[in-house]
Amino acid sequence: MWEQIRANRIRSIILVIGMAALLLLLGYFLGLYFLDSAVGGIAIALAIWVVMTLVAYFQGDSILLGLAKARKIKRDDHPRLYNIVEEMRIASGLEKMPDIYIIDDPALNAFATGRNPERASVAVTSGLLQKLNRDELQGVIGHEIAHINNRDVLLMALCGVLLGTIVILAWYATRMLFFSSVAGGRRSSGGGQAQLIILAVGIVLMIMAPIAAQLIYLAISRKREYMADASSALYTRYPEGLASALEKLAASTAPVKSANQASAPMYIVNPFRKKGRAATDLSSTHPPISERIRILRSMAGGASLADYDSAFRQIHKGGKGVIAPAAISSAGTVSLRQAEPESVSGEPELGRVERTREVSDLMWRMNDYKTITCDCGTKLRIPPKLKSASVKCPHCGRINQV
Amino acid sequence: MSIGAWIAIGVVVVLLIMVVSTYNGLVRLRNRVKNAWAQIDVQLKRRHDLIPNLVETAKGYMKHERETLEAVTNARNLAQGAIGSGVGAQSKAEGELSSALSRLLAVVENYPDLKASQNFLALQEELASTENKISFSRQFYNDSVLRYNNKTEMFPSNIIAGMMGFKASEFFEVTVAEEREAPKVDFS
Repeated sequence: MWEQIRANRIRSIILVIGMAALLLLLGYFLGLYFLDSAVGGIAIALAIWVVMTLVAYFQGDSILLGLAKARKIKRDDHPRLYNIVEEMRIASGLEKMPDIYIIDDPALNAFATGRNPERASVAVTSGLLQKLNRDELQGVIGHEIAHINNRDVLLMALCGVLLGTIVILAWYATRMLFFSSVAGGRRSSGGGQAQLIILAVGIVLMIMAPIAAQLIYLAISRKREYMADASSALYTRYPEGLASALEKLAASTAPVKSANQASAPMYIVNPFRKKGRAATDLSSTHPPISERIRILRSMAGGASLADYDSAFRQIHKGGKGVIAPAAISSAGTVSLRQAEPESVSGEPELGRVERTREVSDLMWRMNDYKTITCDCGTKLRIPPKLKSASVKCPHCGRINQV
Repeated sequence: MSIGAWIAIGVVVVLLIMVVSTYNGLVRLRNRVKNAWAQIDVQLKRRHDLIPNLVETAKGYMKHERETLEAVTNARNLAQGAIGSGVGAQSKAEGELSSALSRLLAVVENYPDLKASQNFLALQEELASTENKISFSRQFYNDSVLRYNNKTEMFPSNIIAGMMGFKASEFFEVTVAEEREAPKVDFS
């Protein structure tokens, strides 16, 4: 587990350097072409990047949670969710309890964000709380906690910013180039061979840099998903929980309303996925869900990272695994947890109804509605703006004081 | 100075760096084992605190299970007394408590009123989760102990461990047979 984190860190540094080099190269050529000074171009590129990185570092998580319209909850709001997060925190050895947020959305999804393990948050949709049983929820939360513990959240945020900077620079440069060529441009007289080469390289870079950066970014984000799945199986000792959760997530294709392209890689499954698309192409942020499920279900021998790795190889017919070799060699054998009786025989109907009630109670409460239970058993939801002091129960006609 | 002297200095410096980093690594692992053990303690204490509540709630509904309830209370008191008496003794007492608890929760099935009570449901979620937390913290503790012990036994870090007095830690073993099949508390 710790070797994995170290291996991640090295790989992350290489990745960030690669993307930064791409950014500087872009700045260099754009500066050379537009400002006649390579240093100026690099300085502008760096300035944009630094500002955006600082914003992402200090405010990234609150921006993301705000965009997702996530609401923070306390232990008493949903004891089961709180307990599950705490269980996974303990299993992963995280020292600080992450903040827990709920997104009022019937779609099934979850994400983790934060700067470091000391300041991290986990957000789940209310649909997820409603549809998943305890083992499944544990698998999903384990996956999110793994993102925090593997230091994925900050890395993905910073890479996202780098990518964003490259895209912005390339976009403006294209516009400026177009504008200057339409307007005749100040370089039509001077120029020469060198000028033309710089222009050509600049154009190629403008087109290629955003694509290349995006491909690096997506490749890394897919790998992170596999690793988070592997860690979740290791924490819970029960890969079937996550597998069955992913199955439910795959079955519901309702997009998360408050997600956007920028925040998509943060979620446990792509919030914009479409049904029936075997998204194994280079342009997806997540590995195909069916494949993730197959790998988890093939972990017959145990729950260690090595078992996940061999399951991965088995599904991919040989080839490279996804887990750093150093992490595999140190882990001993890890046996799987036995299934709880309820999860084998299918969940009792009662549990599902109760869960739905529990979540709807929570959502009403979070929107400042008061709930009064009438003597006849009817639950009355009192909107926050209600002026009158008493409400008549529509079911039995009793008058209830607010 | 001659080249030989420089090489000698270089070798000494490299050795020193290795010794310092190995020592720091050992300290870090030992602290992780300590922290992991503290985590288990927190959860065990939480379980001890929950049990009187649970027994109190169950008493009202279970007229014919005096023995089962007493067994839980006794096991809980014994486990509380075993705190601080070493990893081995403590894990044994906690194992007894776990099996007494699972016997109690098995007979709960016969009392639908108790099972439906809100108070009991909330307690049950807390207790089930605490059991999970105990086993997850034990899992993390044992992983940490494995890594620490490996480091104290393997060459070359075992030399430094031996010199500086790093001793291997004890695993949190599950001693009672029933406990080995994962505590069954969750009936929700």
